[in-house]
Amino acid sequence: MTTVAESGGKSATKPATMAQALQRALRDAMADDPTVHVMGEDVGTLGGVFRITDGLTKEFGEDRCTDTPLAEAGILGTAVGMAMYGLRPVVEMQFDAFAYPAFEQLISHVSRMRNRTKGAMPLPITIRVPYGGGIGGVEHHSDSSEAYYMATPGLHVVTPATVGDAYGLLRAAIASDDPVVFLEPKRLYWSKDSWNPDAPPSVDPIGRAAVRRAGRSATLITYGPSVPVCMEAAEAAQAEGWDLEVVDLRSLVPFDDETVCASVRRTGRAVVVHESGGFGGPGGEIAARVTERCFHHLEAPVLRVAGFDIPYPPPMLERHHLPGVDRILDAVARLQWEAES
Amino acid sequence: MKKHSTTAVAERGAYRPTPPPAWKPRTDPAPLLPDAEPYRVLGTPAAAEADPELLLRLHRELVRGRRYNAQATALTKQGRLAVYPSSTGQEACQVAAALVLEERDWLFPSYRDTLAAVVRGLDPVQALSLLRGDWHTGYDPREHRIAPLCTPLATQLPHAVGLAHAARLKGDDVVALALVGDGGTSEGDFHEALNFAAVWQVPVVFLVQNNGFAISVPLAKQTAAPSLAHKAVGYGMPGRLVDGNDAAAVHQVLSEATRRARSGGGPTLVEAVTYRVEAHTNADDATRYRGDGEVDAWRAHDPITLLEGELTGRGLLDDDRARSARDAAEELAAGLRARMNEDAPLDPMDLFTHVYAEQTTQLREQAAQLRAELDAEAGR
Repeated sequence: MTTVAESGGKSATKPATMAQALQRALRDAMADDPTVHVMGEDVGTLGGVFRITDGLTKEFGEDRCTDTPLAEAGILGTAVGMAMYGLRPVVEMQFDAFAYPAFEQLISHVSRMRNRTKGAMPLPITIRVPYGGGIGGVEHHSDSSEAYYMATPGLHVVTPATVGDAYGLLRAAIASDDPVVFLEPKRLYWSKDSWNPDAPPSVDPIGRAAVRRAGRSATLITYGPSVPVCMEAAEAAQAEGWDLEVVDLRSLVPFDDETVCASVRRTGRAVVVHESGGFGGPGGEIAARVTERCFHHLEAPVLRVAGFDIPYPPPMLERHHLPGVDRILDAVARLQWEAES
Repeated sequence: MKKHSTTAVAERGAYRPTPPPAWKPRTDPAPLLPDAEPYRVLGTPAAAEADPELLLRLHRELVRGRRYNAQATALTKQGRLAVYPSSTGQEACQVAAALVLEERDWLFPSYRDTLAAVVRGLDPVQALSLLRGDWHTGYDPREHRIAPLCTPLATQLPHAVGLAHAARLKGDDVVALALVGDGGTSEGDFHEALNFAAVWQVPVVFLVQNNGFAISVPLAKQTAAPSLAHKAVGYGMPGRLVDGNDAAAVHQVLSEATRRARSGGGPTLVEAVTYRVEAHTNADDATRYRGDGEVDAWRAHDPITLLEGELTGRGLLDDDRARSARDAAEELAAGLRARMNEDAPLDPMDLFTHVYAEQTTQLREQAAQLRAELDAEAGR
């Protein structure tokens, strides 16, 4: 089990948003390693549409933080060539659904270059993708695309849910010699936590889940934008007499079977929660893994609370789609508690 | 209908539209345009200026290349190669592309370009590793600065742009030469690569081998452009049209383009007009989509015949040299044949070794499963 990364130090802490933590991670990585190059649409003068790259061009110059032509396959494809020559590119895909043109480069090259060159040519590329809904974005701006990435061997798929993880996981992603799809939950960009800017937090290497809340009744397995929702649901569940554990996966690939299964074996019940559609979504894989490994500890089938299997709805209707506290508690209620009495 | 009041207009004064902000073309298109006809050297007065040593070197490599193609095709029939996309008839492009590069430069081949890699110095057995049916590209790309053989069309072009861009950022004098076919020019990655290269003024040369077909689809169904070289103009880079079967011409045009790239002049798009004499691969039947007449016309414009005409006419190719080239070709073929007839060393467990820098728990479990299956198979 891994616990929440501590954000405090000896000197004063102050509030920071996830967006600021991500910006700081990029800045620190660029300062520490001259081979780190940031590239993407509007990342330069503007500082990115979410301001994650704010100030990087000013500090490091246009060669280190580069406004590219508007072409995602070109961005990732040229990043492949740069990585082949020894650079460590960090590319920004402006929005989840705008990353799709880069799929061929991602799947046919980025994910398998290390393998097809017998390890001779690893590609240390970080692909930052703002993802998920809940920000009132019009169509093509709110997709949960993680299942596509998870289905591709050779990629790491990581997503932070806290300010501290945003910093630590992004540093770990950039330092990784493997390609990392770094999914940034858009609606948490402005979430705040206190941290010490003089001593930014560190986190474990990629691949470890974190138990955000310890509990005995059932485990909520979740990640990214759904973590705060699950925390809220766990608080609300207390009134119903349920003490819920919340596991934040942090890394979808590699998957931390150990932490997840240890939790489910303790609680005997599990619900997987994510925004992504349920059919063919991450929850199916997670439920299957948990069932295969923890069957004799389970008091009820592993349930999923996911987005509906519909195109992501428009801002005026998205609240009906996103898994909320009530839907999570409804699922918890269906975990065959009658056997307990 | 209400009539316009002319007096009102007169009172306001004549309508004068606000001029738009100043506009000028970003680039003068005239010097970027390709010639009206493919550039030729052999059989023209320009041939007299060609360096005899270079012509002889080109000839020797063309002869070796033709034999290499024949041997590789034969190996598919013997079940020793899973598939082979032949570059027979296109050897002039393959050889010239390899010879114009300096050692520090990079070559980006597609699946039909193993000959270029071999001419650049790659062991042919390594070059054919994927086509043999193995799981890896067979060579360390950094050893000969040859990018991994690329199958998805045109996707290697942005890699060439990125690598040349990175080299320039590091201050290294490196040019990248990327090969693509006529079919590949229809892909989005072709467009994106050329655009990035031109915007960033990257030292890269794109060589389109227009061999007339994308498997069965002729160029007429691929593009309505005046020529593929004309596409360069839209990106603001020069387009050059060359006879792809004239080894001296291809070498000259590519030399100029690499020189230009090296001196900071940016990218060039070269279209070499050639012909895919064989079917797409050994698995294809070209008689379903083209007639013998067309093939025969191109066989008459064969790159080796063309160059030999020039060399013989100038008394440069004596019997000794011709024999030496043939012997070198046979030696290449015999070596390839012998080594390909040995079974490739395969260990199924390698399939798990390089997926990630560090094996994940899940892959360790799956590797253990395969290990157990292999042991059971072997009766261990």
